[in-house]
Amino acid sequence: MAKGIEIRTSPHLKRVMSVERIMRAVVLALLPICAFAVYQFGLSVLLLLLTTTGVAVATEWFFARLSGQGNTISDWSVVITGLLLGLTLPPGFPLWMAAVAAFIGVALGKALFGGLGYNVMNPALVGRAFVQAAFPVAITTWTPAFAPGRFTELIPSTLTLPFMQPQPVEDWIAGLQLDAWTGATPLALQKFQQIELPPADVFTGMIAGSAGETSALLILLCGLWLAWQRMLDWRIPVSVMVGAALVAMPFWLMDGTQYPSPWFVLSSGGLMLGAWFMASDMVASPVTARGAIIYGLFIGVLTVLIRLFGGLVEGVMYAILLANAVGPLISSWTQPRVYGSKVKGSK
Amino acid sequence: MAELPTQQEPLTLDTFVRGLWEENPVFVMLLGMCPVLAVTNSTMNAIAMGLATTFVLVCSSLLVSLLRNWIPKQVRIASYIVIIATFVTIVDYGIQAISLELYAALGAFIQLIVANCVILGRAEAYASKERLHTTFINSLGMGAGFTLALLSLGTVREILGSGTILGVPLFPADFQPWVVMILPPGGFFVLGAWLLLFNWLRLRKARKSPDPTGAAIHAS
Repeated sequence: MAKGIEIRTSPHLKRVMSVERIMRAVVLALLPICAFAVYQFGLSVLLLLLTTTGVAVATEWFFARLSGQGNTISDWSVVITGLLLGLTLPPGFPLWMAAVAAFIGVALGKALFGGLGYNVMNPALVGRAFVQAAFPVAITTWTPAFAPGRFTELIPSTLTLPFMQPQPVEDWIAGLQLDAWTGATPLALQKFQQIELPPADVFTGMIAGSAGETSALLILLCGLWLAWQRMLDWRIPVSVMVGAALVAMPFWLMDGTQYPSPWFVLSSGGLMLGAWFMASDMVASPVTARGAIIYGLFIGVLTVLIRLFGGLVEGVMYAILLANAVGPLISSWTQPRVYGSKVKGSK
Repeated sequence: MAELPTQQEPLTLDTFVRGLWEENPVFVMLLGMCPVLAVTNSTMNAIAMGLATTFVLVCSSLLVSLLRNWIPKQVRIASYIVIIATFVTIVDYGIQAISLELYAALGAFIQLIVANCVILGRAEAYASKERLHTTFINSLGMGAGFTLALLSLGTVREILGSGTILGVPLFPADFQPWVVMILPPGGFFVLGAWLLLFNWLRLRKARKSPDPTGAAIHAS
């Protein structure tokens, strides 16, 4: 045998895919959305994103140290959690509440279960659900997009002292002297006043809403890029959208003045962000192909049901959390047939 | 008919303290979770519920201990329930007479003391075997432990959820209350946090002591 030839056993070819690579790609895909959010809402959103990401990373570092897991920050997953959380909060959300959300999300939603790979639910959504329940007023206080001077001044509620109530933003909004401002997101307008904003505006993101959920178009593009790179399971976002549209369609056909069109349902609120970046969370979604479809449909259907018949305006968060909770069950239901065996799921 | 147990517990300080810490009904035995989660949204409710439960616990344990040689083994659970229900009825009317507001706040959970496992557990596991005076001290300790647990949940939830303690505001007027804390999920969050603390303390203690049980906990 010639010298210098290394003998190895199989596998000889390996896919160069690692947790870090996937997570880095997701962070890359989120960056345009973050940039648009900052462009749309200004400095406040920049601070918001920095706060959630910073606190999420610090919390992860602290718990990883405590549990002796070593450095778990370098796998980038906690950065995704921080960014996603920031994108789902209202632009003028007080920073101290955002910090609470990030801490709870990473500590309660991830670290307590044992870190990345063990979390039952999407950590970012756990954090958001907590602040939604804890501070229901602050999390539904919306500010207009493209406010003049958004790059030089902050929304007054952003820098609220910790544990204090946020400053009311009404006076500040009145001072902006916008042509039209209703103080509501397109979803709320549709739900309570049956006013549907122009579909093009809603789709491209020329609307108010949570920091990063506004532009369905941009999220769609970033998500498609990720799917093309095979960094996420395309079945999940697609079936979320199909499920949502299928439920919305009959109601819209029945009474188009009261119920939103499927097009509006898909492009408004957090559905796009939820479908492409949260439902597709690799840890918390089912592993089988059929399971992914069932899981996606479940989220889509539930979201629209909550939106149409629930007390809340938006239902994506709870739909995804609930689907996360039943995810393992769906996985075990849809075990593929073991090759060579006759009965499904037999060992 | 009923044979006396051969060995009965001597009265020591441990008879009382056990209920507070080592065998705390809430934090260690995880009994009586229903009122723990449901009525601890304020300190006042927690104290009232704790005292009511302690009263029923002590009185029914005493009566069970007194009657332990006369209660036939086959119908003992039914007998305990009747005894407990008697004292719950007294508490029910008592609270109604003292404060109607409190009665409304505690709601069905006063009547539900009948089904509280802490009380039935004490009757079955302790009072039916032990002498009157140790039973008294032990159930008093258990009641105190239960009240302490309710109080530790109630204060945290009231401080965060309303910014007050026993109705007295603690913070400046623009304090932001954490609404979730006075809602049911808050009960689970705070209970979980306390259990975390207690387990951590116990594990740390076990780790430090060289006895084999401690080593087993460490290894697991």
